[in-house]
Amino acid sequence: MAASWIRAEPFGIHIVPGNCWVDPARPVDTALVTHGHADHARGGHGQTIATPATLAIMALRYDTRTGTVPVEYGETVSLPGGVKATYVPAGHVLGSAQILLEHAGERVVITGDYKRRADPTCPPFQPVPCDVFITEATFGLPVFRHPPVEEEIGKLLTARAANPERCVLVGAYALGKAQRVIAELRLAGYAAPIYLHGALERMCRLYEELGIDLGPLQLAAGLPKGALAGQSVMAPPSALNDRWSRRLPDPITTMASGWMRIRQRARQRNVELPLIVSDHADWTELTETISEVNPQETWITHGREAALLRWCELNQRKARALALVGYEDEDD
Amino acid sequence: MEAFADLLDALVYTSSRNAKLKLIADYLRRTPDPDRGWALAALTAGLDFPAVKSAAIRKMLMERVDPVLFALSRDYVGDTAETASLLWPEPAHPPTPPTVAEAVEILAGMTRASVMRELPALLDRLDANGRYALLKLATGAMRIGISARLAKTAFAGAFDVSVDDVEEYWHGQVAPYAPLFAWAANGAEPPSGEDIPLFRPFMLAHPLDETIVDMAKYAAEWKWDGIRVQIVHAGDETRVYSRSGDDISGTFPEIAAALKIPAVLDGEMLVRGSHQGGAEGGAASFNALQQRLGRKTVSKKMLEEYPAFVRLYDVLIAEGEDLRAHSWEQRRLVLETFAQRLDPERFDVSQVIAATSLDELAAIRERARDDAIEGVMLKRRDSAYVAGRRTGLWYKWKRDPLLVDCVLMYAQRGSGKRSSFYSDFTFGCWDGDPDQGAELLPVGKAYFGFTDEELKWLDSHVRRHTVNRFGPVRETDKSLVFEVAFDSVHESKRHKSGLAMRFPRISRIRADKPAHEADRIEALRKLVRD
Repeated sequence: MAASWIRAEPFGIHIVPGNCWVDPARPVDTALVTHGHADHARGGHGQTIATPATLAIMALRYDTRTGTVPVEYGETVSLPGGVKATYVPAGHVLGSAQILLEHAGERVVITGDYKRRADPTCPPFQPVPCDVFITEATFGLPVFRHPPVEEEIGKLLTARAANPERCVLVGAYALGKAQRVIAELRLAGYAAPIYLHGALERMCRLYEELGIDLGPLQLAAGLPKGALAGQSVMAPPSALNDRWSRRLPDPITTMASGWMRIRQRARQRNVELPLIVSDHADWTELTETISEVNPQETWITHGREAALLRWCELNQRKARALALVGYEDEDD
Repeated sequence: MEAFADLLDALVYTSSRNAKLKLIADYLRRTPDPDRGWALAALTAGLDFPAVKSAAIRKMLMERVDPVLFALSRDYVGDTAETASLLWPEPAHPPTPPTVAEAVEILAGMTRASVMRELPALLDRLDANGRYALLKLATGAMRIGISARLAKTAFAGAFDVSVDDVEEYWHGQVAPYAPLFAWAANGAEPPSGEDIPLFRPFMLAHPLDETIVDMAKYAAEWKWDGIRVQIVHAGDETRVYSRSGDDISGTFPEIAAALKIPAVLDGEMLVRGSHQGGAEGGAASFNALQQRLGRKTVSKKMLEEYPAFVRLYDVLIAEGEDLRAHSWEQRRLVLETFAQRLDPERFDVSQVIAATSLDELAAIRERARDDAIEGVMLKRRDSAYVAGRRTGLWYKWKRDPLLVDCVLMYAQRGSGKRSSFYSDFTFGCWDGDPDQGAELLPVGKAYFGFTDEELKWLDSHVRRHTVNRFGPVRETDKSLVFEVAFDSVHESKRHKSGLAMRFPRISRIRADKPAHEADRIEALRKLVRD
């Protein structure tokens, strides 16, 4: 088996010679973190090696001011045991990285979460040739084909324009999705203020500090109902059906997520206007990326691994599923 | 087709009844004939294309997608039409969608031989949402939470006519319902159905639950366990209709042949026997009736072995006179006289139970279990015969369900709103003493009885306690106890346990109860009344 110096343990990927872990689900001495989502980035490690943006995101959530090792994209760090780690853009959210590990003449790429579509809030995914490609499979079923993001943003703008007495309420995850949707709205020419749920404010401010322009943003709290008619409001998904949204004028509830492709998933969320906007690769991109990277072996971390395994089998590619725990299905 | 696809999608994402009514009404007003008529037929499940079935769709997909990938996708999505619409290879050219009427014409022209060629050509003209709408329309399985009644209410709302009139004129009409639209939208004469044996909508009952009724105002009858039917004779033809308005005359020719007087009668289809209610005035079990159901033609042997008859509950129309506006009491008098003119081998009249108080009736109902009777009905004596379920008029009072503690054994993902959740549960009882190495044998399957919150909990329980996977089925570690409620239990050769439950549902989740304390097969067997 290739890359026997890397082991998939239930709570993370173990780099044995350096005794380091990638995205571990529990505190370890040395953690290499691909991106800031809570299921990948946890607090309490002795040392955290990540991109400066990911470290800044983690600092908002955990006490990670000590033991941080920032690594720029394209920069290589040496780990104990003669392992080299290089961070490469993954295109998932701001700061997200793939990690290229080199040891004993072998190259292993861990994608973390990634996507191939353009995203105005982060640099694009770069394919890296390797022997072992450790990929995510969140949308690893052939039913998942994300439409162009412009189409989905268009739906949002149309719904808003057609309902001047209502407001559009967009459910989007606080890290990444919310800022991407805002940035896409700006690209589509939407210049009006976008109103935020309090839970999104800090992360949006951080994005701006890190150089991502999001245009005029305001907190929705404290505004009279009438002031929000015809406006766009953004909230975390948990607030969509919560008491919080009762302050809004008859909101058109939308949610920006790759899961919105499946009607019943949208229905389970009581979404009136599903927007298929994902920060993960869809089926076509997952399979095309494997073909493009063309590794000797493909390891699949989390998601719908059975179907991607089957695709590898049909295409005579050596592959295996890693049984990792703790990665959430839903954070898209 | 785009407008229809948009309507379907909007309906899927709308939960409020009023908003759904508005969406359908807007569509009906905006869309020209005959598209709106076909769309209405699709919403009320009135379309059938014999060559286009789920099996054909699956086969068509298998020719284009790996079967394993298809199965995994179908399992995840929980709906064949939606899975197919998403998996369908996107054509290189822009969509050229047909009108609904054109699509219906093409679908209706398909044969089993041509469907594999013509359906793909049609799908290639549509985008993903259009493909979903087309496949839903073609297979008649909408599963979007729209009942025929809701669609008819929307129709009435769209054109400001009464929904009772819509119900009345609806039957006997065929899609695309041009006369119905001409009447409602353009003020033409309503379609007439005097000489046709038309179906009239049934009057239905609410569960009694905690309601207290004054027995001076209500009459009680036994609730027989057969199928509710309507027998209509008009213009020299007799038809037998099921609860949903399906014509089942071919399944019960002896009944259809026995009514020769113009009338509309309401009753329970049963088979002669003594299982329910004893030898005197009784009937065979539902199992016996089941032998007769679902057949297009019936053999002579069947007719002899399982002779059917109808126990009459009500009369809607007798010899041209519409009695529906009269009280139950008046209709009952007509029914009793009328029934004397019918063949006693095929028709009798449901007996009225003498009870002066609800307590007395409760005692009578309690004894009914020994007679294997489902329960009692309460009908307000002054109630007119009105379509649907109206509060306060008719009640059903089923006897209390039987309960047994079972252990969760297998789970499967559900469909519709339970899609992607593990929500279909197979449970079992012990075949002996679990502490002496007894095994669990499956005794039933249920997919309702729990709340949405409990469903989430159950789904996560299944995921955390899976010990084996067989395709879409997960075997659990058999640690969770369900209190299962059911109406009755019967001998069955189909199950290893030799028993089959009727209407099983999860009554309570007993996470507190250790699995070895669940019930044994022998306890369940004692409840058999076959």
